Amino acid sequence: MKVLVAVKRVIDYNVKVRVKPDNSDVDLANVKMALNPFCEIAVEEAVRLKESGAASEVVVVSIGPKACQEQIRTALALGADRGIQIETEELPESLNVAKLLAKVVEEEQPGLVILGKQSIDADNNQTGQMLGALLNRPQGTFASEVKIDGDSVNVTREVDGGLQTLNLKLPAIVTTDLRLNEPRYAKLPDIMKAKRKPLDVKTPADLGVELKNHTRLLKVSAPAERQAGIRVASVDELIDKLKNEAKVL
Amino acid sequence: MAILIIAEHDNSTLKSATLNTVTAACQMGDELHLLVAGEGCAAVAEAAASVAGVSKVLLADNAAYGRQLAENLSLLIAELGKDYSHVVAPATTTGKNVMPRVAALLDVGQISDIIAVEAADTFQRPIYAGNAIATVQSLDSIKVITVRGTAFDAAASTGSSASVDSVSPAHDAGTSAFVSEEMAKSDRPELTAASVVVSGGRGLGNGENFALLESLADKLGGAVGASRAAVDAGFVPNDMQVGQTGKIVAPDIYFAVGISGAIQHLAGMKDSKVIVAINKDEEAPIFQVADYSLVADLFEAVPELESKL
Ligand SMILES: Cc1cc2nc3c(=O)[nH]c(=O)nc-3n(C[C@H](O)[C@H](O)[C@H](O)COP(=O)(O)OP(=O)(O)OC[C@H]3O[C@@H](n4cnc5c(N)ncnc54)[C@H](O)[C@@H]3O)c2cc1C
Ligand SMILES: Nc1ncnc2c1ncn2[C@@H]1O[C@H](COP(=O)(O)O)[C@@H](O)[C@H]1O
Repeated sequence: MKVLVAVKRVIDYNVKVRVKPDNSDVDLANVKMALNPFCEIAVEEAVRLKESGAASEVVVVSIGPKACQEQIRTALALGADRGIQIETEELPESLNVAKLLAKVVEEEQPGLVILGKQSIDADNNQTGQMLGALLNRPQGTFASEVKIDGDSVNVTREVDGGLQTLNLKLPAIVTTDLRLNEPRYAKLPDIMKAKRKPLDVKTPADLGVELKNHTRLLKVSAPAERQAGIRVASVDELIDKLKNEAKVL
Repeated sequence: MAILIIAEHDNSTLKSATLNTVTAACQMGDELHLLVAGEGCAAVAEAAASVAGVSKVLLADNAAYGRQLAENLSLLIAELGKDYSHVVAPATTTGKNVMPRVAALLDVGQISDIIAVEAADTFQRPIYAGNAIATVQSLDSIKVITVRGTAFDAAASTGSSASVDSVSPAHDAGTSAFVSEEMAKSDRPELTAASVVVSGGRGLGNGENFALLESLADKLGGAVGASRAAVDAGFVPNDMQVGQTGKIVAPDIYFAVGISGAIQHLAGMKDSKVIVAINKDEEAPIFQVADYSLVADLFEAVPELESKL
């Protein structure tokens, strides 16, 4: 079984972004970029499936400008076998990403597609589900455990009330939650080896997909800043403030 | 055209997240229909029919919808949704699971987790873990939207007497099946709706120590939450996670106990009215957003606080 993993280049999760003074967007100039943490978990899961013998090949796809090849190389260093970059000027909206991925799935015919549950820049949480609908395939979103069982997969999901386990017929879509695994660190020899692994570049036109805008970004503003409050010296003072100043007790 | 709202429920009770979503939908248009899809969920439809502002309830009662499986539900919602201007659901794990499929089936985008309605086609939503707020306009004929509950007041659960119409399409994709669930049981109020939340982080050290926070929460009629680090360490179940990728809360008082204040955690609680932080590290970033900061060992401060309240 082949496993396809979709990975996105995003701002590093430790960086706090700033809004541009003209409110047109956030300022990403000279900001550290990285593999979306949920995508890193997706790659790790796919590589573990290969190591356990459940998967035969791990292919990673990233859609975006040339720079996203860095994140494909990162995934290759973590153990993926080959990469596909779909070159676009900017990062497209989720439905476009899903349509492009659907075409790659048609070509590659993976048994499992693993995506992150959410990209930490747009915080959309939608691409995997959209891909599932376009391909008419079942989905196990927010996965904290993935177990291949013959021609189906059992996925345990983190839901609001606790955990839920579903059985999905393969081929299926999985989106990762944080507890699914702890990604390994790439070792230097693996990083060197990754440079020689195959990386194909395609365009949306090659895949016969026309990108379409579904939204217009009108403005990006900074959230209301919270003012730091006061230090209280004791529990007694805290109780007094909550009762008499904040009046919430 | 009317607005279709997807009710959040467990086949027996209508979940409060639905009421916040109704308020958001009210700002997009004035004819609101509420879809109750499930199995043996007639009681939910009855409750839905009395929600203020709702003019019609659609009831899809079928085994295929009993577990809210996204594959089946999205086919139903997309079929009904094509006659509406908006299809709106709460941004709960159920809404997040199902709605993007609906959008893709309708060939439209989805606007996730909105916090304000500026016009029928224009919405605000947080991005970058809440470090920026985007105002986005939808260019699609049908707007598929999920709503952040804490950003909208709950609609009154009584006041209307809408008709309940059964809708018959039964869609069973036949590709997914429910196996089991492990639901955390608690008599405390629901995290996202509680007026007091007491959250603990890695500083609690282990799961047993969360009892300290539970008794404080019980004294105040509140809920208990946690940081991701506490969940990852196995101290508490995942459904208690507050943050960018967990639950969003906005109570009257939020206690952050033994939590450092990573941006991902702040994203889930910084709209709380009053934030109290208890941390032994006076440099902890949580103090930059707290209204009341107490530099103390939580194992001394929390029992003292509880006993003096
Ligand atoms: C993609 C991604 C998504 C994430 N999503 C979330 C999310 O949704 N929610 C979330 O919370 N995190 C999330 N995280 C994790 C986040 O980055 C932090 O790692 C996490 O919030 C830290 O949890 P913590 O504050 O409990 O632990 P720590 O950062 O380890 O802080 C523990 C604190 O306890 C204090 N302490 C220790 N002992 C005591 C004592 N005896 N008395 C008083 N204070 C004490 C310490 O001084 C310290 O400040 C996410 C991370 C990633 C990469
Ligand atoms: N430009 C992209 N290229 C590849 N994968 C993507 C891209 N955008 C989103 N994804 C995948 O979809 C997941 C969810 O993203 P989102 O729906 O944007 O929150 C990510 O974790 C990726 O796995």
